[in-house]
Parts: sequence; C-alpha cells; structure tokens
Amino acid sequence: MRSFLTMLGIIIGVASVIILVSLVNGYMSSVVESFASMGVNQMTVRLTNLNTRAVSVEDMYGFYEENRDHFAQMTPNVTVNATLKNGTDSLTSTSVGGYSEEYLDLKGYELELGRNIQYADITARNKVCVAGAYVAQELYGSSEKALGETIKVNGNAFRIVGVAERQDEEELEEGGTDDFLWMPYTTAAKLAGTADISSYIFGTADVDETDACKTLLEKFLYEIYKDEDLYRVRANSEMLESLNEQIGMMSAMLGGIAGISLLVAGVGVMNIMLVSVTERTREIGIRKSLGARRGTIMQQFVIEAAVTSSIGGIIGILLGAGATGLIGGLMGISASPTPIAVIISFSVSVGIGLIFGYMPASRAAKLNPIDALRSE
Amino acid sequence: MSREPLIELKDIHKIYQMGEEEVRATDGISLTICRGEFVAIVGKSGSGKSTLMNIIGALDVPTSGEYDLGGEDVSDMSDDELAEIRNKMIGFIFQQYNLLPKLNLLENVELPLLYAGVAAQERKERALASLERVGLKEKWKSMPSQLSGGQQQRVSIARALAGNPSLILADEPTGALDSRTSREVLNFLKQLNEEGNTIVMITHDSSIALEARRVVRIHDGRINFDGDVKDYAAIL
Repeated sequence: MRSFLTMLGIIIGVASVIILVSLVNGYMSSVVESFASMGVNQMTVRLTNLNTRAVSVEDMYGFYEENRDHFAQMTPNVTVNATLKNGTDSLTSTSVGGYSEEYLDLKGYELELGRNIQYADITARNKVCVAGAYVAQELYGSSEKALGETIKVNGNAFRIVGVAERQDEEELEEGGTDDFLWMPYTTAAKLAGTADISSYIFGTADVDETDACKTLLEKFLYEIYKDEDLYRVRANSEMLESLNEQIGMMSAMLGGIAGISLLVAGVGVMNIMLVSVTERTREIGIRKSLGARRGTIMQQFVIEAAVTSSIGGIIGILLGAGATGLIGGLMGISASPTPIAVIISFSVSVGIGLIFGYMPASRAAKLNPIDALRSE
Repeated sequence: MSREPLIELKDIHKIYQMGEEEVRATDGISLTICRGEFVAIVGKSGSGKSTLMNIIGALDVPTSGEYDLGGEDVSDMSDDELAEIRNKMIGFIFQQYNLLPKLNLLENVELPLLYAGVAAQERKERALASLERVGLKEKWKSMPSQLSGGQQQRVSIARALAGNPSLILADEPTGALDSRTSREVLNFLKQLNEEGNTIVMITHDSSIALEARRVVRIHDGRINFDGDVKDYAAIL
C-alpha cells in the first residue's frame, strides 16, 4: 500500500510534467512551423519614389545581380485589386499580383500542370497567368480543365498557362493559400495603370544571413534616397525572432509550472517515505537484533526506495507519453514526449524518492536496536 | 556438562542521563554464566533486569565494566561488531515474538542466516530443520498472522535456534501467552537446555523463574540473590 502510494506520487509527478512540457512544446513547434511556412527567407522592400530620387526596376535588378551570392530570388511585386471571371462564375477575394519568373521558386511552390511565367512574358507584357489550385477548382472544376483556358481579370482576357500544386492539403478555401493568380509584373503594372513599381520581394540565400542581407539592401537604398523614411526593408524572419522570444518566455513559465508540479509530487513522496520508514522502525529493530549491520539495513531501504521510485517513474513516463499522444491527437498537434522532460522528471522524482528513503532509514538504522524494538 | 564460562560480567555499570538526574540502571553487577546453564534473571520492573538483558544480549554496551562473551570483550565494540556478535552468538526470543509480518515463516527463520552470509540453499535447509524442531515445518509457507500466539513464539524459537547460537536469550518468553502455551514454551526451553544449549531467561514472574536451574534476582541495579533454583524456592 505504502509503496503503491509512493509510486502513485511519482507516477503523477512524472506523467504531468511530461504531458505539460510535451504538449506545449508540440503546440509551439506547430506555431513556429506555420510561421516558417510563410517564408522566413523572404524580405520585402517598399519604396516611395519621388521625381527627384527614384529606384527603378532596372536599378533593383542591377543590385540583385551584383549580390547574387546573398540573394537567391528577387521579384518586383505589383498587387492588383481584381475580380476574376469565367463566364458567369466570379471570384473577388483572390490575391492577384504581378511577379517575376522567380516568384514560384521564392515561394517554394511547384507547378502541377503547364509552365511558369517566363522572361519573355515579362518583356512582352503577355496576358498569361499561373493560377492557384482554388481558382482552378472554383472556376473550372479542376486543374486539368483550367489549363489553357481564358480567365477574365477585371474584364481583360488572360490565358492560364500553369496551375500551381495544391498547398493546403486539408481544404481549398476562399482567401487560403491556394486562392491566388500570378501574372508578369509588367502586365500587372499596366493593368493597375501604374508605371511605378514600389514593392519588391527578395529571397535570401541563407536564412542565417538575413541581417547581413537586410543591411546590404538598406545601404544600397540609402545611397540613392539619402532618407530613411523613403524606403522600408522588412524581413519575415524578424517576426519569427519575436515569436521565438515569446516562446522562450513561455518555456520559462512552463518550466516553472512543471517544476512546481514536480515539487508537489516530491513532497507527497517525501511524506510517504518518512511515514513508512518511521512505521518500520520496529522492523529495523528486529533486523538489527538478528545481526543486520547498519549498512545492510540502509542497503535494503535504499534498494526498496529505488525500486518503487523507478517503477513509478517508468509507469509515469509510459502514462505521460500515452496521454501526450492522445491529447495531442485531440488538439490536432503532433506532440511527442521531449527527452529533456522525460529525463528531468524521472531523475528528480526518483532522486526525491531515494533521498527521502535514505534519510529516515539512515536515522532509524543508527538507533539502538532496543529503542527501535520498543517503538510501536 | 562443561563448566566453561560463556558469560562473564565484571562490575557492570549502566548510567542513563535523564535530564539533570543520573539513573543507575545497573550498579556494579558481576556475574558468570557457564555453558549449558539455564539461568533465570528475575526482578520487578525498574529493577535493571532489562538493562542487564540488553547488555548480555549485546544490544547495548555498559557505561563501565567488562563483558566477555565466549572469550571476547564485548564492552566497547562498535555498532557493526555488536551486530555480528548478536548474529553469531545469540538467539533472541522476545515477549512480542517480533516476527516480520510480511515474511513467511521460512523467510523469518532464515533472517539470521541471511545476515550471517549463509548461501541460499543451505539457508533454506537449516531454516527448515529449525522449523521442524519446533514442529512447524509443514507450515513454512504461512504468514505469522495466520498462527496462534504459541505457534508464533515457537517460530521465534526456531529463528533463535537457526543460527546455532552459543546463547539463547529469552525476554519474558511467556509474557504474551496463556498458561497452557506458556507451559509448552517453558518445557521446550527446558528440553533445549537438556540438549546442551545455554539459556538465559529474563522474567518478572518468580513462578516462571522456578523452571530454570539457577536464579539471579536483581534489585535496584544489583544482584541480591544468586543460587540454585531450590534455594530460591525456599526464600519465596
């Protein structure tokens, strides 16, 4: 009974720490992942072009070509507010934009069918486009049917030359990752009625070099504008950084909570151990009177404590792992027990079991056998 | 019967400090008990007989004086040395039997052999032989709680015998038993003595003491009678 209670204390302590840490970890990594999928390698540049000081597309390409070892992709970015139509079916929420041929690579997407926008399309301002899977699905029924078809963008007829592979495995939804239409940026600029392209997206070659890349861009822009208010460079990874900061704080808080629950379990174990050894003082007396040495008695108690604590710890790990998987499944996140949580919770609770098995036993083993025998 | 001394107590003092006050539990006891004797130590509670028993039983060491047990000076041994002496030389029979409730009879009887480092197989054989002597061999798998008081006391006798000790020390062995089972236990002790075992029995009951061959009476920490049981019967 006593050893069962000891075990229970340890089981609860270990299991709760593992569940807590693993679930929050799983949740946080799923948040980080969804942020990462937004493109930590991306860096957006916004410009305010004045009559006296301006940066043209050619300037940007010039900079890009000079720094190819830092940047993997670059594209001008022209956003178009557009209604898409195929016959009577229409879409209004689709993100329609003009980009270079490198945008596909920058986003890390693949084409399911057809071809990408080409350099020739850009120079010729061809009315061609690459559609997202949602657009193809909604307006034409499938990607196959959409390919080669004509789509009306604000009344202008565009040919769908490519359909991107579906990004969201779960559902195709309005405003989702598959609801987009890409066209050559030159075509888009014409469509939007502007000659001035003020937004660019860069893809860094190495995510770890984001800061250096950003500095490079800012230096280049400052030399032209001589005014920091006229341009703005923002790296997506900066968002990730602040997220990581928050995660760090949450982890620390979590560590505190986990520590408290371990402590509570530890106090429980300690109590039971103290009581059980005190109650067994008589047994210690009997054993001593029959010739057990102090060391032998200590050994017996420490082994007992070690065995019960370890069994409790192992059950706790199994239970914690099982519950983590189960609750993680219910919450829809992939959570698995973190090794650090398993190791720390196991060693702390087994350590507490050992220490508080050892201390009172050591006191009792030092008792004169007669005094130990007399205790009831 | 050999007249070789087994226990030699020389001027044993045991002083307890009770706050400011000194309590002289034994106040200069000298006593020699030879191998093969059956000695009853009688005294009222508080007479110092329990202290004397603890010292004879190597459970405690005297404040001053010398105690030789089987030729070895026990009086200032360390805790672990005393444990070894108890294990090898002394078989205890307690008033409350003091069996371990979670162990079966065999395991209880095996305990002193376990602490003596006897190998498992031999341990089992000797423990079973010992249980056979008290007539409980068949019940070796039972737990102590399944037995009557008399049976439990027989198990504790079997345990005391298992290590083949030089001295059997019985502390109020009949204190918790009814008169019929008391008689059984006393007869068994007598029989053991006739087989050559040295027995020292501590009791407060003079009628029990009469079952021994020699009686030592303790009063206020000193011996005030030491002689043959017949002489003791005469002064009662």
